[in-house]
Amino acid sequence: MGCRSSVADRRSEKVIRAAILIQNWYRLTMARLEMRRRYSLSIFQSIEYADEQDQLQLSDFFTFMLERCTPPDSVSHTFTSPGVSQVVDEGFNIQEFENKICVPDSYYGPRLSFPLTVEHANALLHAFRNEQLLHARYVLQLLCETKKVLKEMPNITHLSTSYSKEITVCGDLHGNLDDLLLIFYKNGLPSEQNCYVFNGDFVDRGKNSMEIIIILFAFLLIYPNYLHLNRGNHEDYILNLRYGFTKEVSKKYKDHGNQILCLLRDVFSWLPLATIIDSKVLILHGGISDTTDLDFLNALERSKLKSLMRPPKSLRDRQDQVKERIPPTRSTKHMATRNVAGKARRLSSSGSAEPSGSNVPPEPTPKEWKQILDILWSDPRSQNGCTPNKARGGGCYFGPDVTAELFRRYNLKLLIRSHEFKPEGYEISHNGKVITIFSASNYYEEGSNRGAYIKLNPELIPRFVQYQVSKYTLRHSLRDRVGSIESTALKFLREKICAHRSELTSAFAQYDPEGSGRISVNDWAAAMESVLQLNLPWRILRSQLALLSPDGKVDCISCFGDLEIAQPVKEVQPALAETLCRYRKDLEIIFNIIDKDQSGLISLEEFGQTWKLFTSHLGIVHSESLDKLVLSMDYNKDGYIDFNEFLEAFHVVHRLQKKADS
Amino acid sequence: MENNHSTVVVFPDGAVAEIEKKIIEAFEVFDQGGDKTVSIRDIGSIVRSLGCFPTEAELHELLANIEKEEPTGYIHLEKFLPVMTKVLLDRSYRPIPEDVLLHAFEALDENKCGYITKEELVKYMTGEGEPFTEEEMEDMLSTALDPETNTLHYRDYILKLIVE
Repeated sequence: MGCRSSVADRRSEKVIRAAILIQNWYRLTMARLEMRRRYSLSIFQSIEYADEQDQLQLSDFFTFMLERCTPPDSVSHTFTSPGVSQVVDEGFNIQEFENKICVPDSYYGPRLSFPLTVEHANALLHAFRNEQLLHARYVLQLLCETKKVLKEMPNITHLSTSYSKEITVCGDLHGNLDDLLLIFYKNGLPSEQNCYVFNGDFVDRGKNSMEIIIILFAFLLIYPNYLHLNRGNHEDYILNLRYGFTKEVSKKYKDHGNQILCLLRDVFSWLPLATIIDSKVLILHGGISDTTDLDFLNALERSKLKSLMRPPKSLRDRQDQVKERIPPTRSTKHMATRNVAGKARRLSSSGSAEPSGSNVPPEPTPKEWKQILDILWSDPRSQNGCTPNKARGGGCYFGPDVTAELFRRYNLKLLIRSHEFKPEGYEISHNGKVITIFSASNYYEEGSNRGAYIKLNPELIPRFVQYQVSKYTLRHSLRDRVGSIESTALKFLREKICAHRSELTSAFAQYDPEGSGRISVNDWAAAMESVLQLNLPWRILRSQLALLSPDGKVDCISCFGDLEIAQPVKEVQPALAETLCRYRKDLEIIFNIIDKDQSGLISLEEFGQTWKLFTSHLGIVHSESLDKLVLSMDYNKDGYIDFNEFLEAFHVVHRLQKKADS
Repeated sequence: MENNHSTVVVFPDGAVAEIEKKIIEAFEVFDQGGDKTVSIRDIGSIVRSLGCFPTEAELHELLANIEKEEPTGYIHLEKFLPVMTKVLLDRSYRPIPEDVLLHAFEALDENKCGYITKEELVKYMTGEGEPFTEEEMEDMLSTALDPETNTLHYRDYILKLIVE
């Protein structure tokens, strides 16, 4: 055999082996990258859901505070009991706003007149691209008109593709104006030839919720038959308190914020619940349950439900009775007893916070509440059956069998829903029967995900269009993007760890009777999961969160390595500091409710009272009283503290980061 | 060299349970629907992120071991766990050390100049061995090439790969 050919053979064999090796290494690094990307998104999502669950627990408390702090006959106040919105309703129309609110000549933003035209919509888009604000008077007029139009609409809108070539369906926007503008750029503005359905969650989290609402409502008024809105779970004033929309409105509209929020609360409750296309495609925000009854949903009075976070009175009373008998099973950090809230309600009724008489609109029945809660909060899952949605605390998980049954009952072909973050902007499940569409790109972090929208043609075949808003003109490598998502996710996780330090330390101690300061990885993972209540891959994350001792065990102290809670006063007990840190955002909401004149100050007495109520509501007991701490915060010794400063003090400091920054 | 000799290896108590927990964790990261199944396309990522280094061919073999019946496109944890546990216990598919990787690049660098041109890289990676998909090739090019000279300086690149 020729020597030359065997040399060539050997060389090509070598090349092949080399190529395989390099390809293998490459695929290994890509796999690791993919793992890091997925667990980062997992961290974001589980922290988000755990937080949502906390909100459900706290919503009772928020509502109690709201009722207690705003006198019922004060129309100009933000949230009084439901009855007052009626007064706003009858007393105000666009003419009233015209008369009462003056728009100065110095205002160069868009000026609206009704009925709106396409020119107005274009002016709004142009203004918002240039970060201008729409004047409060126009906002109020717009909301007024929108409410009138929405009131005429049924709970479930029926559309037909015979009137337009394709219908575009968009999912959660969450205040991301850039995404909405990008969608309009790629897909055209709404018009008679371009029909849109927006499937809820227009507000919260992003910083342009107000602008999105204005644009959507404006187009709704101009093209009421071609722009359709479904209510999402975030079109809810209690959630808005926590997730940023209320704050955004108060900041942007200092003088009229309260009125705007009041009107918004009504407008949200008038948003339709679902849309059906050609009697075959059902579009709603969350999902369904095994008891979903579309006919019942279509017939109920949807505006009765201002917020889904508050079960109807009859259920609340029943819950109180039940909970007083059953001892709490969850850890005390999650409020388990409603005793305090019950007591609080009795207190509030004696102070007559709720007006009596015909001004109070009817409460929803438990069935009505549950039906709407289910369609706004549920998530699809691959397992058959319908189980309570534990992650979110509301709605349920529904399986392919539930979908199939609903389709059979109502002769449907497709369910389009949103509500869940998806890295690609959309996801198909239940054998093609359910589509999740999510339109907020970069939702958790720059680079975290794409957004998408659906184009539905007359044959009802969906086509997906993906996009991603990018601040950077340079194309960042996948490595860089994953790196930044991962570091943000880990930062959030570490903050949670720091805020639960005391609990974690005692959980670790249970596995370490000799006090060596080291426990097995297994025990460490179990402790982390049980205290933080986050379903995360702890063993995979361990290397990022804690160090190993030479004998392969986890060094407990290293978990808290570079973290500490900034504290204004050194003598504060760690447990107290942690509670303040953990509930900073919620306390901020509560203090803002108390602070009627938006001065940023709260009296020491009120602070103390509120704190006491809050902690007993949560079932937390602090051996140390807050008085010493609070007194130290009273810099002027005038009996008032600046609560923003106070809360700002209790944030988690990443010491290494501090060193790096300095 | 012992072969056909059945060796009994004894593992300390709990070691197998530990390994199983690791595998389940990694699996669940890719389990979107929460129903203990993952797409077949993700098995490679799961196996590799557990520290193993199989070639594509070895991966196919592994999959054949897992899913003996008609492939549905999904792998269930029940089937994956025992096979993967054995892989980790047997320490199969161990990573090749970095110096071997260096030799691999050198084998492709005929002229021994310390770099490979873009054209050569594309030729080898998409034409030989277990070829890259278009996506894989594009991604490697975007991170590995020196944008000014359009060449891959493999010593530097190896350092990058290893750090991760």
